[in-house]
Amino acid sequence: MVDKKWLGHELPESVLPIERSRLQFFAKAIGETDPIYTDAAAARDAGYADLPAPPTFLFAAELDSGASYRLLEALGIPLAKLLHGEQGFRYHGAACVGDTVTVRSSITDIYDKKGGALEFVEKTSIATNQHGDRIAELRTVLVCRH
Amino acid sequence: MTTSPTFDTVQVGDLLPALQLPPVDRTALALFAGASGDHNPIHIDTDFARRSGMPDVFAQGMLGMAWVGRVLTGWAPQSRLRRFDVRFQSITHLGNAMHCTGRVVEKLDVAGEHCVRIALQSANQFGQTKIVGEALVALP
Repeated sequence: MVDKKWLGHELPESVLPIERSRLQFFAKAIGETDPIYTDAAAARDAGYADLPAPPTFLFAAELDSGASYRLLEALGIPLAKLLHGEQGFRYHGAACVGDTVTVRSSITDIYDKKGGALEFVEKTSIATNQHGDRIAELRTVLVCRH
Repeated sequence: MTTSPTFDTVQVGDLLPALQLPPVDRTALALFAGASGDHNPIHIDTDFARRSGMPDVFAQGMLGMAWVGRVLTGWAPQSRLRRFDVRFQSITHLGNAMHCTGRVVEKLDVAGEHCVRIALQSANQFGQTKIVGEALVALP
């Protein structure tokens, strides 16, 4: 069982530089063909400072930093039993190439269903840019299947 | 160039242009592992997946969410997206060809902005729902 003592736990912050080649790779990986996601001139014509990170990209911050994996280890959830239950984003501003995004997360809920056969951990994150502006909030529900 | 939707022209019940994906293959999962930073071997290493009790590797949830996101950004500029929430209902397996759809379910004002609420879904070629979700998009 995931120990309830982790409720309220704050993860170390994760810093994600928004890089051009990474966004181009991400666009390819999700099959995105709109040029605003790969061509800086098209992005600028559309009103962005540079290529914008697609809506789900910021989830990478805590994967790149390793914070997600360290959290799972601390919670005692092996990768073999992990499922992604829910994911949500609230958007307040764009993250574009050249920006540096900092994600700070905490554990906001821990519960189980089906008599403990499924355990759930909710993580809530705030993403800010290098100017200190809040650009997004993320909500993640991780599931451990037994 | 297509015209972006406006609050006045959009009606409850309108369908967003749907997105049909090719069948999920191992290449897609490997590329997404690298691009997303999700290096969990359960999505890219068949041996690990089988040891974990799964029949084979399966798609990252966030790959499915990114596809659903393309329905939104293909319809209205991303700068108009305010909220995007999904629930992963079941595992997307190799060979699943996802069909992602969105439908306007409500017109409302949120924080002084004209918005529409979009119901989102992705299902495979057998009609099995994999992702359900909802988005809020502010329209001019």
